[in-house]
Amino acid sequence: MAETSSPTRTDARAADAPTRREAYEAGVRRRANRIALISTVSVVLAIVLLVPLAPGWEAVQRAFFNGRVFAATFVGLLDAFLLNVMIFAWSAPLIALTGLVIALCRDARAPALFPLRLFGIVYTDIFRGLPVVLVIYIIGFGIPGLGLPRPWNSPYIWGTLALVLVYSAYVAEVIRSGIDSIHQSQRSAAASLGLSDRDTMRFVVLPQAIRNVVPANMNLFIALQKDVALLSFIGPVEIFRQAGVYKSLYANFTPYVGAALIFLALTIPATRYADYLMNKQNRARS
Amino acid sequence: MKLLATTVMAFAVSATSVLAQGTCAAGKTLSEGQLTIATGNPAYYPWVMDDAPESGEGFEAAVAYAIADKMGFSADQVTWVRTSFDEAIQPGAKNFDFNMQQYSITPEREEMVDFSLPYYTAAMAVLTTQTVIDAGATATLDSLAGLKWGAVATTTAIPMLNDVIQPTSDPLLYNDNADVNAAIMAGQIDAALYDLPTALYLSAVVVEGGALLGQFPPTQSERPDQFGLLMEDGSALKDCVDAAISELTESGELAAIEAKWLAEATGVPVIE
Repeated sequence: MAETSSPTRTDARAADAPTRREAYEAGVRRRANRIALISTVSVVLAIVLLVPLAPGWEAVQRAFFNGRVFAATFVGLLDAFLLNVMIFAWSAPLIALTGLVIALCRDARAPALFPLRLFGIVYTDIFRGLPVVLVIYIIGFGIPGLGLPRPWNSPYIWGTLALVLVYSAYVAEVIRSGIDSIHQSQRSAAASLGLSDRDTMRFVVLPQAIRNVVPANMNLFIALQKDVALLSFIGPVEIFRQAGVYKSLYANFTPYVGAALIFLALTIPATRYADYLMNKQNRARS
Repeated sequence: MKLLATTVMAFAVSATSVLAQGTCAAGKTLSEGQLTIATGNPAYYPWVMDDAPESGEGFEAAVAYAIADKMGFSADQVTWVRTSFDEAIQPGAKNFDFNMQQYSITPEREEMVDFSLPYYTAAMAVLTTQTVIDAGATATLDSLAGLKWGAVATTTAIPMLNDVIQPTSDPLLYNDNADVNAAIMAGQIDAALYDLPTALYLSAVVVEGGALLGQFPPTQSERPDQFGLLMEDGSALKDCVDAAISELTESGELAAIEAKWLAEATGVPVIE
């Protein structure tokens, strides 16, 4: 790649006709594309042709890619997916807010606020260290078991709390890493302008920190979208549970494939959109 | 030639002969001279006592050994393995000759796996708590529809719940019995639908203040819940297993085992 910025090329810019180097590079690119195409096609062909030759392919196809079962269950799965979207929609803002608060706790620098700092450390250590399922069980069954009346013992409330606790710990750590990535000189500059510690955090550090960690947080929210399915352990019939019910009724795994497709239909565009936003931001800043 | 001879012998020798039974299953089991039977992990009372099927204690354990005996396997030729529901229906080679954990026979499932003849027909029963009954729940469909329902997600209780009881709020579904019980004790659900023997056990032993509100007897259901042994689709062993089960049914041995292990099943009010 070093050659591309070599004097030969810059000198030749004046002429309209491609230089020998440009022609050569175009040739290399064409060759690379050709090889990529051939290699991709042969891998795909190998999979399409060879996998069905496996002796158990027919059984696998019947158990996982069964058109009849797919058709019978897909609408039910879509219906159940609405619940996932709803749980996600009300959990995500709560997680973002709690995560930010915990991150600020961990960054409290005044000696008097040390208990806050300690709380932030203990909180992230505990909730990042526990499996999500365990937290969902303990909170989803445990707290209502204390004798709360309906509707306050709803698995939706306590399941959401479990998700918020675990995910906000992750988000807090990500935001903290963003805060740490802001150079001390920024704080010093803000102080020299007469900004208070609070204002420094609010107007100088946080805006830059949050922007730096958007991709990492995007990852977490895509993971959250999938972990919403774990709430099914304490009762709610979301898409994964509904697929499990169908699986059991038809003795067939196809409904899980249907559920996976529905998940992908949402997560892939979300990821691509996040990538797009990031690229746009990077271009704007460079 | 050997196969032909075996078949001829199997037909020629009377059904009571141990030798004839043995030849039916010969060469069709996973390992020669051994019958590998799968059960749940854990296996629940009263189907298997103390999660130890090797003891032959509990309804399914006892039936398993009786079937093995009819097929010509002595007790020490029986090997037990544990599988989940998912392992039992996954495509590919199975690690059991047959699987016995209260699998309900349904036409949809029959397309993917083989079931034996039924060895038990289960009534479905409503497990709830005394608190819910005191609050006015009665054994009528109207009253039941108003309850908050739960069930184990992998059971055929769910179609029954939706078709017969038609609850006004969506039922909550769980992974296994333990989770349903936790939800009942946490007051998140009022009632759960189980097969009768399981419900009796849970109400008496596991769920604090548990009670049975009533049962749906199999005779009044269009598609009664019948338990069968689950085998690989196209299993060569199916005929031998079916022969053993029908022999047990006709001789009354199956009824005797049922009477021994599932005797309490009477006396629960019937829901019309």
